[in-house]
Amino acid sequence: MIEIKDLHKSYKMGSNSLHVLKGINFSVKDGELVAIMGSSGSGKSTLLNILGMLDEADSGEYTLDGVPIKNLNETKAANYRNKFLGFIFQSFNLINYKTALENVALPLYYQRMGRKQRQEKSLKYLEQVGLKEWSHHLPSELSGGQKQRVAVARAMVGEPKVLLADELTGALDSTTSYEVMDLIQKINDQGNTILVVTHEDDIAHMCKRIVHLRDGVIVKDEKVKQVRASAYV
Amino acid sequence: MFSRDTWREIFDTLRKNKLRTFLSGFTVSLGILIFVVLFGFGNGLINTFDDFFGDDATNVFYLFAGRTTMPYKGYKSNRRIEFENDDLSDINKNFALFLEYSTPRISRGGLVKYKEESNNYTTRAVGPAHQYAEKTIMMKGRYLNKEDIKNKTKYVVIGRLVEEDLFGGSNSIGEYIDVAGSAFKVIGVFQDDGGDREERYIYMPYTTRQLIEKNTDKLDQIIVAFKPEIGYAGAMAFEKSLDKFLREKKYISPQDQNGIFIRNVADQLKQNQQFARVLQLIVAFVAFGTIVAGIIGISNIMVFVVKERTKELGIRKALGATPRSVIGTILLESIFITTISGFVGMLIGIGVLSSLGEKLKDFFITNPSINLGTAIFATIILIIFGGIAGYIPARRAARIKPIVALRDE
Repeated sequence: MIEIKDLHKSYKMGSNSLHVLKGINFSVKDGELVAIMGSSGSGKSTLLNILGMLDEADSGEYTLDGVPIKNLNETKAANYRNKFLGFIFQSFNLINYKTALENVALPLYYQRMGRKQRQEKSLKYLEQVGLKEWSHHLPSELSGGQKQRVAVARAMVGEPKVLLADELTGALDSTTSYEVMDLIQKINDQGNTILVVTHEDDIAHMCKRIVHLRDGVIVKDEKVKQVRASAYV
Repeated sequence: MFSRDTWREIFDTLRKNKLRTFLSGFTVSLGILIFVVLFGFGNGLINTFDDFFGDDATNVFYLFAGRTTMPYKGYKSNRRIEFENDDLSDINKNFALFLEYSTPRISRGGLVKYKEESNNYTTRAVGPAHQYAEKTIMMKGRYLNKEDIKNKTKYVVIGRLVEEDLFGGSNSIGEYIDVAGSAFKVIGVFQDDGGDREERYIYMPYTTRQLIEKNTDKLDQIIVAFKPEIGYAGAMAFEKSLDKFLREKKYISPQDQNGIFIRNVADQLKQNQQFARVLQLIVAFVAFGTIVAGIIGISNIMVFVVKERTKELGIRKALGATPRSVIGTILLESIFITTISGFVGMLIGIGVLSSLGEKLKDFFITNPSINLGTAIFATIILIIFGGIAGYIPARRAARIKPIVALRDE
């Protein structure tokens, strides 16, 4: 599903340049649940942003579902993001003046789906994350865990190839974190490919594979025995 | 880009951000409102101005005769100059090319009586063309005509206030009034925009007046009107040659300031028009300033709106919004708001102006109004600049990488 070869990325900071990714090679197969771990500054978020086409690599190859991702202009990147990827952010990033349902429906709007269809499909995904009754509430009326579940529904609604989650439990307490991870595991059980960036060990161990990043290189890539989050809920 | 869904999304955003929508709309409305009202006041000022100067014809020379102050060609100084009938006919003959019409005027005061009522009025003995020179408006009956001049009829045309004073409410046409001892038949009643004084005159044929005054051929004043198409320069040249002609005919030194005197309304008009133009310029400048202020206002708001929405736009981009759709949404929103509120402001402004009407006449503002074309033009200008003001920050927002926009707090 994801194929990365010799990926480099550096940021210009005035006269110095900060070399963040120093040659990353890795691949993700269909249906995997991968955690990318590392301390802050290890380059894990940068990697995720490049995978999410929110940022561009300086050099290296990136293939997503057989499509080479390079020389993207903004429009093309936007279309790929819409078609291939679903995002879950630490700070939820819901649009605060739209209801839960409208937030979930937004990716479909950019897929130019009809309004009725959009609402039906969004409601279905809201039901999956257990928030059907909350569909007409604004984000400000939802708890943190509920917000993140709306974000998960929004990431899923476009039926993306890959789900990218950046510290998705970072703003949640541990019980809520496990609830959300339970949801993620269930989505993975349905065969969806998911990448989770985290620095929390317990969250990482709820995935099937952990990639350790330090100072811009992969230091360890191991398969782990998955801890089911439902055990804690 | 213009699908129903796009509009629904835009209305949705506008409806759910009422304060923002209201503020940007309010700025535009206020800008246009102030523009329309100011511009209307300016026009009102010019209207007042026109009223002051516009009650007489403007293509007219008034010729006055006085006493000479210099000896010339054997004539002593301090000689009294008087116009005569043949001066008028000579002018008509020699300047036919320039002349539109000419009329003499002999003014006399006198007691006028009708039944029990009497009052002192100024009578003006004139020719038929005097009606144009004074812009006399007939209310009923008719003005003096050529036949009256030829037959030296004892007819008078009286002002509206003369009729009011002497006849009370009853009809004056066909009645006889006593003017300084002679009976005259009233054949017409007139009004004049020049005010009450103008409406207390009595006009009679100048030949009749001359007959009463022992069949004299003297004239007080001569009023000549030039053809408007000869223009300002033509009028000045005409004035000069007229002056020269009369000085030669009457043996008056070219240097003599007092022998005859020509009052040139065209020259005064030119000055008046210049003054009016300066007024218009000031009004236009102020109005332009208002529009600029409006544009700056809407630009500020748009910059702020886009800044405020940076994060939202980042989210939208992460979810697959293309730069084009980001720009399109913001642009359509801003154009939509400016169009609606611009025309609302314009209509309110026009409403305010038309409701004022004559109420501000004491402040020299008469009938303030704005040309609809000007108002719409200004509104469209504001809409266009509102669009540009929205476009520039929108383009910048569309260029920001989503990752940067998402980090924005």
